[in-house]
Amino acid sequence: MKLPGTPYKNEDFKAGKIPYVEDKPDARYQFSVGIAMSRFLEELRKGKIIGIKCIHCGRVYVPPRTFCSYCFKPTSKWVYVKDTGIVNTAVVSYIAADRGRMDKPLVVAVIELDGASPGMGILHKLGNVDPEDVTSRKIFGKRVRAVWKPEEERTGSITDILYFEPVEED
Amino acid sequence: MSSDVYIIGIGATKFSPSTPEFSFKELMYEAAVKAYNDAGIDPRKDLDVMVTAAEDYWEGISIFDEYVPDQLGAVLKPVFTVSGDGLWGVAHAHMLINTGQFDVVAVEAHSKASDIVDIQSIWRMALDPYIHRPLVDNVHVFAGLEMNIFMESLDVDRDAVSLVVSKNMGNALGNPLAPYGADVDPDMVNESEVVSYPLRSMDISKYSDGAVVAVLASRKVVEDLGVDAPRILGIGWVSGSSYIEEWDFAAPEFVWRAGQLAYSMANINDPYDSIDVAFIDDRYSFRELQSIYTLGLDNGYSLNELVYNGVTYPDGDLPVNPFGGYLGCGYPLVAGGLQKLYNAVMYMRSGGGDVETALVMTRMEYPSPSAAVAILGW
Repeated sequence: MKLPGTPYKNEDFKAGKIPYVEDKPDARYQFSVGIAMSRFLEELRKGKIIGIKCIHCGRVYVPPRTFCSYCFKPTSKWVYVKDTGIVNTAVVSYIAADRGRMDKPLVVAVIELDGASPGMGILHKLGNVDPEDVTSRKIFGKRVRAVWKPEEERTGSITDILYFEPVEED
Repeated sequence: MSSDVYIIGIGATKFSPSTPEFSFKELMYEAAVKAYNDAGIDPRKDLDVMVTAAEDYWEGISIFDEYVPDQLGAVLKPVFTVSGDGLWGVAHAHMLINTGQFDVVAVEAHSKASDIVDIQSIWRMALDPYIHRPLVDNVHVFAGLEMNIFMESLDVDRDAVSLVVSKNMGNALGNPLAPYGADVDPDMVNESEVVSYPLRSMDISKYSDGAVVAVLASRKVVEDLGVDAPRILGIGWVSGSSYIEEWDFAAPEFVWRAGQLAYSMANINDPYDSIDVAFIDDRYSFRELQSIYTLGLDNGYSLNELVYNGVTYPDGDLPVNPFGGYLGCGYPLVAGGLQKLYNAVMYMRSGGGDVETALVMTRMEYPSPSAAVAILGW
């Protein structure tokens, strides 16, 4: 079927058939991570996950923040949480950043960590998971644990955890 | 249009050349806690709407408005962001309260300029990609164009402009939140490095990091709290053309019109007689004089006389930027207007009732230049 409109190809631009101006943005930043996130990232380097507790309402936030989103008091009590938890929600992504189709889909999940308050969790990748378990939603509520990079390769980054994988349950 | 909106609280962090120890969220939280405490309200119970002002490229985060509720006490509340300076946010909050639907609206703006590796590259991306970016790499060129014709048209001396720098950096010495206070001789300004003639390096405000939150409220809230809060007598903003070639370089009409909107709302016919103190744009030194002239605050003085006679000094008839302006406090990007509002409120509170009316004004660019003006009174 012939569609309406004028088809363009990259070659048409390169050939000068279509007027355009090319420019390359130069936007570079060095984000200050601040008090709470600095500690979180440093603990990841050590293979630990740290949260913070609001003494006022008792919520334990992971990742930590210096304020309570719900009662607006300052948070102050650092607490380590486990690197295990349950899958709150998950998705199978087939589209890469360049809009191309990925050969191997990426499974991304929100994980409620053991020791954090209900509903508090971190976003990360899931590994060793059958995408069918995500599309069928069997993965919801499943226990998972972090798979860490070797200690010498950690840099104080969220990627110091490679992914979370299912834990065999009794 | 009448105005029955009050500033019941305001809070600010220190302004600093850099803040590597804090995230932008932590800066915002500090300013918000101070503002709500100053207002005597609990945002989780009392806040109706949160307005923030931000531009994505200053943040380095797309869709930045999604990053603001938690640290401002605004989770599960109506929140929106004005793409511009915080004083434009105040204008939006003012309108919201005037609808009668909301009683307490807070406004936030901040700067993390120090997180930007090359700030001129961000300014450059604001320029027209077809006809300006290929020509100009540094936006101070436009300030130079403006300054040159302004000084020629209004017969302004170089020394008068340099005295603005000297005055404002000196005024900042008494401001504990200001990082750039200094005892500067006008000759130092005259001999500083030429950036785009006649603009010299000391004519340009340095950047600063910081955050400000203002809490606006209806008369009902002010009466319930039983507080004496400054009222926004008038407020307005106006944009010029986005074609830089068509700017009114010497005496910008958009500034005059923004002033007229605010004056009209505040029933002010003679600005010089009515305004006790002015906190106005001085991102570039000459802009302070240009704004005085364009807003009708010159009282018939020549701008040289105005400076040489000390009219705009802290003990003059019309103190201008008495807490240091951008030259002394630093230019905190889109938090500039709220920085000036904060200084105005502090000045009015410290005046023991003698300061009846304050004018707050700042500008934004590029490519459209625009100005916002607010008049505060008791």
